[in-house]
Amino acid sequence: MSELCAVTGVGQTHHDAERSDLSMHGLVREAAVRALADAGLEWKDIDAVVVGKAPDQFEGVMMPELMMADALGAVGKPLLRVHTAGSVGGSTGLVAAKLVQGGVHKRVLVVAWEKQSEADASWVLMMKIPFAAPLVAGAGGYFAPYIRAYMERSGAPKDTGIKVAVKDRLNALKNPYAHLKMPDITEEMVADSLMLWDPIRYLETCPSSDGACALVLTAEDALGSCEKPAWVVSTAMRSEPTMFAGRDGVNPQAGIDCAAELYRKGGITDPRRDIDVAEIYVPFSWFEPMWMENLGFAEQGEGWKMTMSGATALDGDMPINASGGVLSSNPIGASGLLRFAEAALQVRGMAGEHQVDGAKLAMGHAYGGGSQYFAMWLVSSDKP
Amino acid sequence: MRDVAVVSFAQAPNLRSDRERNEVEIVMPVVREALDSVGLEQSDIGFTVSGSCDYLTGVPFSFVMALDAVGAWPPIEESHVEMDGAWALYEAWVRLQHGDIDAALIYSFGKTSLTDLDKVMSCQLDPYTLMPLWPGAISLAGLQASAMLAAGTVSEADMAAVASHSREAAQGTPEIPEAEGPADVDDLLSRPRVAHPLREHDIAPATDGAAAIVLVAGDRAAEVCDKPAWISGIDHRVDTHAPGNRDLTTCPSARMAGERADVGRSHIEVAEVYAPFSHQELLLASELGLGDGVDVNPSGGALAGHTFMVAGLARIGEAARRIHDGTATRVLGHATAGPCLQQNLVCVMEAAR
Repeated sequence: MSELCAVTGVGQTHHDAERSDLSMHGLVREAAVRALADAGLEWKDIDAVVVGKAPDQFEGVMMPELMMADALGAVGKPLLRVHTAGSVGGSTGLVAAKLVQGGVHKRVLVVAWEKQSEADASWVLMMKIPFAAPLVAGAGGYFAPYIRAYMERSGAPKDTGIKVAVKDRLNALKNPYAHLKMPDITEEMVADSLMLWDPIRYLETCPSSDGACALVLTAEDALGSCEKPAWVVSTAMRSEPTMFAGRDGVNPQAGIDCAAELYRKGGITDPRRDIDVAEIYVPFSWFEPMWMENLGFAEQGEGWKMTMSGATALDGDMPINASGGVLSSNPIGASGLLRFAEAALQVRGMAGEHQVDGAKLAMGHAYGGGSQYFAMWLVSSDKP
Repeated sequence: MRDVAVVSFAQAPNLRSDRERNEVEIVMPVVREALDSVGLEQSDIGFTVSGSCDYLTGVPFSFVMALDAVGAWPPIEESHVEMDGAWALYEAWVRLQHGDIDAALIYSFGKTSLTDLDKVMSCQLDPYTLMPLWPGAISLAGLQASAMLAAGTVSEADMAAVASHSREAAQGTPEIPEAEGPADVDDLLSRPRVAHPLREHDIAPATDGAAAIVLVAGDRAAEVCDKPAWISGIDHRVDTHAPGNRDLTTCPSARMAGERADVGRSHIEVAEVYAPFSHQELLLASELGLGDGVDVNPSGGALAGHTFMVAGLARIGEAARRIHDGTATRVLGHATAGPCLQQNLVCVMEAAR
């Protein structure tokens, strides 16, 4: 009884370290208005609004979608607020897709956002549950040991992460909305940048951004004038606990299971061959080779070979993060939905300078928590 | 839509301060009880979803640790809303419409004793114009009650009667072990005001707690439960935020959600409405069209014990329980969020499929 669902509108803000020209309301509207214009719809056409963002401490307003109900065009309509850690942007897209696929609504507006300049994200991420062990290290401190374990396990060359950092920032030069614009970036520059959490250098880390992303999701019988929909062909989400004896944080089972379900539902037997382009959540450079293995694009221990051979570059056989990815723009709550949105833009042929020629099937991926929350979707130019 | 029923409900006692347990320890036995009572295991559950609030613990991602309570291994399909658990239940109901899974687990928790709930509620307000005044939920509810008194839609005696009924109903229940003692209307009206025109009895006491519900779709529901509470209508709507821009004597979003959930199609026997203030129960009853002959908040309601983030899910559970025990055939559960009933959800359940 599942209905078909398509992305018919995509909008995002110009992401930046501080969008001091906009209130929180203005930020979400900049993205939402663009998504509505793309879909050829007005606010009144929307049946329901689904909002996603990471912890409310990032802006200092508890459940801010309530005070933004008017700005979101949600008054008199259903308004849902999703929060699933760093994967939230992806999860938000999936909750909205389910409203359409479940036959509940015809046109749903999805908005995911973060205005990190309102507070200090690293400080927020260091706060701990009372009586729990303090980490006091932020996200980088948490993930650095996982990366060291991956390097040890795979024997990857030490400059694999540096190559990812340069590739994604060069891709970002082709994306007008990207936060970081570093035309002069070189491998030497990345190698010489400050070591923050060994082995993560400053330039191998995502920025802290203000930004929003919005999608219009539409049922098959409500496509209207949309000529280039991105059809949602498969979705999956998985979670696992943060820590227990035997848990593999480098290659988490939840990610493996999530991808397996995504491929099964999407009829994918060889992801590297079948998928044309993927937007993967890579907040620290080394997560590109790690996720290549977790998602089955490469054999265990060989993800780094894709990076080193140039396979993941814009002109490679498996382009990863053609938009510049999380390493170039990271409004945390929006970062997952941006991956989903960029995948949709690729199969609609609307990615502009960072378009992958002939992309017909694209993957969006998001993860969060201690590599324990996963949300993924496959979108296609062809109706399933 | 696919037929979906509430087949089980469990709730931790609403305690003013559950000093000996953290959130995971409060949630875990509740989830266990909800599953055990219908003979299901985590492996039978196709979708798990929760509701909670980072501002209660004061740390980000406070819901992550609760994954330990549901046994998320092997990894599970799971989601979370930063909303009362009633909206988590809505998400689960949507998920069950897809037809590929038959059972969903919903839980929510709130440990308000870690903080000052009234102060924290100020952080929910517009940060530019309203939050800096730190009005709190109680003061704003006082403005709403004043507006209703001025409009003549309620009297202070009506409000005290709601409180008196709530106290009496909650006496001796395991859910509200610390219920305030019974008091008649004259007694309550002789007591001092806290925030004009509200007296202590008009304001729900903040408590710690958790609740869990299992939803099952189709024929499977009747296999695991003798008397499933079939969801015949569920809807939620939101109003504009700023209390100064609203007619606080009305609640358009509750009215609209009630209409969409088809409350008025036939008689409602029992209604559990989430009203943390006495006058709000009267306003909601009016907007939802709950006339004479409707048993409103027979559990004592949130006014007897208010676990923030849980109270809405618990209202749906308390209403469903009346179908499970055969004492009602058509019931209503309601949830609210935001200042002065800004956002509302209505879930109508019936004994007949």
